[in-house]
Amino acid sequence: MTDTATRQIALGQAGGRRAARRHWSGQGWVRVAAPLALGAAALGVWEAAVHLLDIQPYLLPAPSAILDQLVSAIGGIAQATIATGTNALIGLLLGAAVAVVIAALASRVRWIDQLVAPLVAAIAVVPIVALAPVLQTMYGATSEMPRILVVAIASFVPVFITTLRGLRQVRPVHLDLMRAYGASGWQATRIVTLPGAVPYVFGGLTIASSIAVISAVVAEYFGGLQNGLGSRIASAAAQSGYPRAWAYVVASIVLGLVFYGVTLLAERLASRWAHIPIT
Amino acid sequence: MSAVEVEAVTKVFETRTDSVRALDEVSLTVADGEFVALIGPSGCGKSTLMRLIADLDEPSAGEVRVFGMPARQARLERAYGIAFQQAGLLPWRTVRANVELPLELHGASAAARRARADELVELVGLGDFADHHPDQLSGGMQQRVAIARSLAEHPRLLLMDEPFGALDEMTRERLQGELLRIRTETGAAVVFVTHSIPEAVFLADRVVVMSPRPGRITEIVDIDRPDASADPESMRESDAFFRSVTAVREALHGRDTAAERGATASGATAPEAAARGVETR
Ligand SMILES: Nc1ncnc2c1ncn2[C@@H]1O[C@H](COP(=O)(O)OP(=O)(O)O)[C@@H](O)[C@H]1O
Ligand SMILES: [Mg+2]
Repeated sequence: MTDTATRQIALGQAGGRRAARRHWSGQGWVRVAAPLALGAAALGVWEAAVHLLDIQPYLLPAPSAILDQLVSAIGGIAQATIATGTNALIGLLLGAAVAVVIAALASRVRWIDQLVAPLVAAIAVVPIVALAPVLQTMYGATSEMPRILVVAIASFVPVFITTLRGLRQVRPVHLDLMRAYGASGWQATRIVTLPGAVPYVFGGLTIASSIAVISAVVAEYFGGLQNGLGSRIASAAAQSGYPRAWAYVVASIVLGLVFYGVTLLAERLASRWAHIPIT
Repeated sequence: MSAVEVEAVTKVFETRTDSVRALDEVSLTVADGEFVALIGPSGCGKSTLMRLIADLDEPSAGEVRVFGMPARQARLERAYGIAFQQAGLLPWRTVRANVELPLELHGASAAARRARADELVELVGLGDFADHHPDQLSGGMQQRVAIARSLAEHPRLLLMDEPFGALDEMTRERLQGELLRIRTETGAAVVFVTHSIPEAVFLADRVVVMSPRPGRITEIVDIDRPDASADPESMRESDAFFRSVTAVREALHGRDTAAERGATASGATAPEAAARGVETR
């Protein structure tokens, strides 16, 4: 009865997948090195252009000047990055948590779905950072809350949409089985629907991660606490500290890349856990 | 007591544009421990009939009883195990965790679940794969897991809707043999939907032949089975087997057209068109 032939076939397939991964990682260094080389070349051209064409710093400072600022002000830059990053992280998690709960409700309860769908469409078209000044007045100038809320609202939309899509991917045969077992609706949601949607939740988080950082930075342009990257960029630019402003911009880019990289990794792990390939 | 009693059941599906009479006053009784195959062309209502027995749908008229209970009560009391053409395994669960699923839903202890799942995984010959995930298994192996899962709670009735329909012929014949062995061991009644005549004849005590538009039972063919002591595989070569295949084929196509089939190779006649989707090999 033990089926050595089928076992070998299955193991052979698994071996094939491993081989495919090795092949992929064999090209991995090219994938990393090529963009790095391109970036370095671009920086070289930029540096040369600033000097040769005598471009003024308020138009475009040289990479070396920005680097000087990065090195000399690294402490302040790190603090500002942590301040903005914390807002972005809390807002992202808050928005995503609310999105998952409401999506789960909308996928189970029809009237909630009908209620929420137009609301989400409305939120999706509002330029969320436009809410920042309003929230600022509501919460006062010393609160991080307006920024966190802006991030949460902006992150909510992509996570909600992808999660709901994931929840609706559930296959009819699975629902038939759950009914045949006499499972309650919530049991079906917990055992079949939610786990199947997990990779989609993380897919939404990946999209929302960049949005979270961008809105956290931009929300600071509307006054309030002066502790984050956005406030520092605005004040440096106002004081004609252009290389300094650019150094903060570089820090924002790094922050955005970290958020994106971490969520992308999480998405891959979720997809591997669920044995659902990322499409 | 009968395993299944279907009494004058009609099922009408209302769609936006029209209504489909999927089943028209169908009556059928399946005895305890009996193996009944439902066969007929696509759209004749085989799946619908099985879903009504499973209480996955409700009849428009008529009554379905399972072990004397209304179908709904039978479902809630887990009177049957079920398997479909798609194995329907949860991809993030291991083979063992998939087999444990019904037990888990009904509150069995972790130890009891594990013991039963290991036993079943062994029964369907996948002992070495208990910790694999479905995407590491072939289609035939996935279908075995689905069968193991359907047996989890010792059901006295198995409902199977073309469980081998998506498999290649060799895998299919092997699984047919295994199903017969499992069924002999458990003594469960089986309602088995298929569109393969040899499959129906090899497996069943009775073959129920259905026709579409509206879905009806046209004939029920009793199969001469070899006695229990004989090797079931030997049946495939027996004269009784070929006689039964012919009997079912004639019931499906009508006696006259079955004789004519060779002559009218091209140009589908009306009954032939009606029998589309039935494998006669
Ligand atoms: N949920 C449904 N809604 C509308 N029509 C359906 C539905 N299920 C089945 N039908 C129709 O009922 C008839 C019988 O279907 P089915 O029982 O699936 O046939 P079979 O399994 O024999 O191929 C077909 O005409 C089919 O289109
Ligand atoms: Mg069918």
